[in-house]
Amino acid sequence: MAQADASMELDNRSGGSVEKMVTADGLPLKTSLRRAERRSKLFAFALVAPLLGFLLIVFIFPMAQMMWRSVDNPQIINTLPRTVEALEAWNPSAEELPPEEAYAALNADLAEGLERDRGAIGRLQGRLNNDVSGARAAVRSVAGQAGDRSEPFKDKFIEANALWGEPAIWRVIQREGRPLTASRYLRALDREYAPDGSIQMRDEGQRTYVALFMRTFALSATILGLTFLLGFPISYYMATLPMRYANLLMIFVLLPFWTSLLVRTSAWIVLLQQQGVINSTLVGLGIIGDDQRLSMVYNMTGTIVAMTHILLPFMVLPLYSVMRGIPPSYMRAAKGLGAKPWTAFRRVYFPQPLPGVAAGGVLVFIISIGYYITPALVGGQSGRMISNEIARHIQGDNPGLGAAIATLLLVCVMILYWVYNRLVGADNLKLG
Amino acid sequence: MAPKDHNDAFVAFDRVQKTYDGEQLVVKDLNLDIGKGEFLTMLGPSGSGKTTCLMMLAGFETATFGDILLDGKPINNIPPHKRGIGMVFQNYALFPHMTVAENLSFPLEVRDISRAEREKKIARALDMVQMGEFGNRRPAQLSGGQMQRVALARALVFEPDLVLMDEPLGALDKNLRERMQLEIKHIHETLGVTVVYVTHDQSEALTMSNRIAVFDDGRIQQLATPDELYEKPENAFVAAFIGENNTLRGKVESVDGAYCTLQLADGSRVQALAVNIEGEGAESTLSLRPERVYLDVSSETHDNIFEGEVRELIYLGDHIRVRMNVCGNDEFVLKMPNDSHARRLSVGERVQVGWVKEDCRALDPS
Ligand SMILES: Nc1ncnc2c1ncn2[C@@H]1O[C@H](COP(=O)(O)OP(=O)(O)O)[C@@H](O)[C@H]1O
Ligand SMILES: [Mg+2]
Repeated sequence: MAQADASMELDNRSGGSVEKMVTADGLPLKTSLRRAERRSKLFAFALVAPLLGFLLIVFIFPMAQMMWRSVDNPQIINTLPRTVEALEAWNPSAEELPPEEAYAALNADLAEGLERDRGAIGRLQGRLNNDVSGARAAVRSVAGQAGDRSEPFKDKFIEANALWGEPAIWRVIQREGRPLTASRYLRALDREYAPDGSIQMRDEGQRTYVALFMRTFALSATILGLTFLLGFPISYYMATLPMRYANLLMIFVLLPFWTSLLVRTSAWIVLLQQQGVINSTLVGLGIIGDDQRLSMVYNMTGTIVAMTHILLPFMVLPLYSVMRGIPPSYMRAAKGLGAKPWTAFRRVYFPQPLPGVAAGGVLVFIISIGYYITPALVGGQSGRMISNEIARHIQGDNPGLGAAIATLLLVCVMILYWVYNRLVGADNLKLG
Repeated sequence: MAPKDHNDAFVAFDRVQKTYDGEQLVVKDLNLDIGKGEFLTMLGPSGSGKTTCLMMLAGFETATFGDILLDGKPINNIPPHKRGIGMVFQNYALFPHMTVAENLSFPLEVRDISRAEREKKIARALDMVQMGEFGNRRPAQLSGGQMQRVALARALVFEPDLVLMDEPLGALDKNLRERMQLEIKHIHETLGVTVVYVTHDQSEALTMSNRIAVFDDGRIQQLATPDELYEKPENAFVAAFIGENNTLRGKVESVDGAYCTLQLADGSRVQALAVNIEGEGAESTLSLRPERVYLDVSSETHDNIFEGEVRELIYLGDHIRVRMNVCGNDEFVLKMPNDSHARRLSVGERVQVGWVKEDCRALDPS
């Protein structure tokens, strides 16, 4: 750039009024500038291109894939096209079964599917089972003899499996007989379609995910609060220490980064379990009785303790780096101006590292709400978080639901980031 | 303005010593009385302990030994926020998250001054430093000189009796610095506040101060008014540190009342004022201001006449700086006024130079 600028000397010597500003070699100034900038832009692009490609392959593409899977719904429409067509006229909200033609169409679809692609029938069973429990068995019970079956299909179906005598499964076939679906998102928000097609909350006993989302947020907020409470004083202290000692302390803070996950987790278990070090010490000191041993692992406490430990550096690093840059003269000036030490701290010191607090806070919170392995290892039932649920579904029989929850989680993170950006500004993100 | 005696002092350092590491004294036996309303400057090279003295006075460092008294009362055990001393830091220390007005409001708020009263005082203080328009700006939106002014206003807004300034103009360019020196001086004269000012710039000290304490190596080398300091330095360090100075080294040959005769290394004899010598036979440093050396003068009017050879001429507009070899000293400098009948010199020329013995001070050998 500097070179290009230097070559763009204005030629104002020739003639009094110069219409267009030109460089020494006669090109218009704007063209020259654009040319010079294009070169530097190309160079910048060449620098980021490898990373961009890498991200595209390992991040953006899988993310897009995941979001697609949360709405992708080919199983029913592909395998049961005639049935879907036959159900078009059927009114799902009236409590009656579809007409005989629908059963006949289903029989035909199953017979053809069996002949053409057995796997498709299996996928259809899984898909229906996601929305109606027992649907897998119901399909299986009628699919086998579909080719040999003759009228009346309705009675034979109901005889083979009572589920065919209920409108619920037909409603699902009718509603989900489209290439895209929102049902997983409804499910991820503990909602479902009522018989008349409107959206309602699921039964009290079946609600899971909203509460789990809430718990995840609450746990993350707790962990955020703890990392702040623990991280602020240590960062402040490190910032006032000479470099040498500060670096030594920093090693202790960073230790969790350098120990293997399993070592760390086993250490926590040894420490926290009912027969563990802390309980034994408390019992030994007579503070609690032998029958009052605290349960601190395989529950919410375990998740909180272990995650606070792991995420502490994400709070300390940005805080420390911001605090290092705050000269001690501010506090001195405040005291010199007559402020008591606490007032000086609160009004003059504390507001200054706030961008660091915000940066650390956003990091800790975002990482916590998506954290998987620690809650899985030491969280037990009450310490489970939403990502454990995502993993369970993706590995289990409803990957679409897992993808939908994951997408919701992603949206939450993006909203958080947006709020943060509005409040603090992403350019204030100072990370070590 | 200088205090009549120790009991009259507004600020007093009484045998104060300070060490940071327990091995080395950074301030050694400091005794200093500062009068009410005085502008006292601590002047000295970097590392001579000036900031340390100021910090002890402000309360941010504790004296290892000795007492510091403010208005007759020892303040060693009073925390900084109760001392009521205004302070201007070298980097200004304006609170970056507050506007200019909020910065000024801070010392008033912590003193529980009412809002209306605060606004009046802030406006007055900002007007005093000609920053009335800038109340809503943040420090980051100000230039160095403007920040300096705000820092000054903030140190004065709560009307302290004592204001400390630690190299407040160090970060400004030369022109601005000189303007601010005068402004601070005028503010001091208007308000009558006591100022303790720290600088390593001798011309700044000479411009602004009522009295100057020259620091070196943790001690006050001389405490005097600017003119006295310049014209009557008491030791070789002060003579060399303040203003330009010709230094000639020699042995005292004879002492005659207030005067003495020195023999220099090349054998030439110089008559001088005996200021700070140990007696006959002792080593001594002669200090002679370049503007007190004259060309082509006679031995009737001037006690010391020598022949010198011009080595270098530097044209400085109002005067010409002439470097010559005199008495075997190659760094001998004189200032020749550039008036209409100034003599034209050329390099290599040999000329007569002379000075009177009152202008030539025989000091300690260092
Ligand atoms: N906080 C401190 N800890 C240790 N030594 C210090 C500290 N502050 C100053 N010193 C030392 O004390 C001496 C005097 O410093 P200072 O008072 O800042 O001098 P000045 O302001 O005259 O330049 C220097 O040698 C400096 O290294
Ligand atoms: Mg200093």
